[in-house]
Amino acid sequence: MAGAKEIRTQIGSIKNTSKITKAMEMVAASKMRKAQSRMAATRPYADKMRNVIGHLFHAHPEYKHTFMIEREVKRIGYIIVSSDRGLCGGLNNNLFRRLFKELQEHRDAGIEVDFCTIGNKALGFFGRFGGNIVSQAVHLGDTPHIENLIGTVKVMLDAYADGKIDRISIAYNHFVNTMTQSPTFEQLVPIPSTAEEELKHHWDYIYEPGSKEVLDNLLGRYVESLVYQAVVENGACEQSARMVAMKSASDNAGELIDELQLIYNKARQAAITQEISEIVGGAAAV
Amino acid sequence: MAMTIHVDIVSAEGEIFSGLAEMVYAPAVMGEVGIAPRHTPLVTQLKPGEVRVDTGNSKEMQHFYVSGGILEIQPHIVTVLADTAIRAVDLDEAAAQEAKRRAEDAMSDRSAEFEYAKAQSELAEAVAQLRAIDRIRKGKRS
Repeated sequence: MAGAKEIRTQIGSIKNTSKITKAMEMVAASKMRKAQSRMAATRPYADKMRNVIGHLFHAHPEYKHTFMIEREVKRIGYIIVSSDRGLCGGLNNNLFRRLFKELQEHRDAGIEVDFCTIGNKALGFFGRFGGNIVSQAVHLGDTPHIENLIGTVKVMLDAYADGKIDRISIAYNHFVNTMTQSPTFEQLVPIPSTAEEELKHHWDYIYEPGSKEVLDNLLGRYVESLVYQAVVENGACEQSARMVAMKSASDNAGELIDELQLIYNKARQAAITQEISEIVGGAAAV
Repeated sequence: MAMTIHVDIVSAEGEIFSGLAEMVYAPAVMGEVGIAPRHTPLVTQLKPGEVRVDTGNSKEMQHFYVSGGILEIQPHIVTVLADTAIRAVDLDEAAAQEAKRRAEDAMSDRSAEFEYAKAQSELAEAVAQLRAIDRIRKGKRS
């Protein structure tokens, strides 16, 4: 049996660790609330934009932007959204594993892939994996700003416009609720036709300077806003996943401490018993 | 009561303003536009400048700075899709180059001093922004 002193130091170190995990849990919980409200705040922009784009399509069905035309897929660009930091359970790994499966299917079908990584974890993982990373963004922090994403997304959009890639998809964690985050893959470009919503009213706009310029401008921003939304949503997922992971870590630490405490008490008692019997034995001998 | 028009000013990072107004002024690319209720449907790009909202009941107008974006007008709804970032074609290009370079750096030399690369990219960003601000100022003066 281990010495009482060793057990005591072990209990002490576990207690310290549980203090840290407890603190991280609470920090994550408060950050999660902020991230969730940020998530809600980004919705109106994309919704409004979708409305305007819908109007434009109805007004100009004959004009097809390159972002609208389906091509035969030979090369896919993946935008992968991940967290910058670890200690958030299996959040990133679940996403990567699911993505990996999809990538293998593509490889079997002879489709090549390019990556655009957002967040440290994706950069590290796909750098090791040996994928072709064409652009990246890291250290977005707790409040991601869209200007940090513009360049990263533009590399992908340019590659699409030049015909280097034939589809752009995004991989991120969808926020279901605090306990559940589901890895999600979505096609960004060509814009799926479901994005054109049914309209109740119908009229034509005046366009300044011209309908094509406006549409070009809008579509680029639309894609950017979708990526931004994914980043914000992934941020909320990260915080909630970290909260849950840290909660279970604190719980485990508590259990461990209880068990060790029991062992420590037994060891202590055994030592006392032994001492008494030695004294008694010594007294009897005299 | 005077006629009003519903105004929404939203950016990708959140809603900025939502409410009723008697008149809205916005800096469109072809010149400033004033929008009264029952304006003709119009979609236009905005250049950096001020969006002013005359809510009617207060003496002062509400001012919002936008660094570009898109203005959409329906007879009773005005929507300003504002950019939060300073946008210009070559500025976007610079950001794209930057993102590309970062990726290449990360791929080719993983042991490179990251702080150095980060500092450099921040410098490039600052320089590009300064250029844009300079141009905006020049544009205003002329």
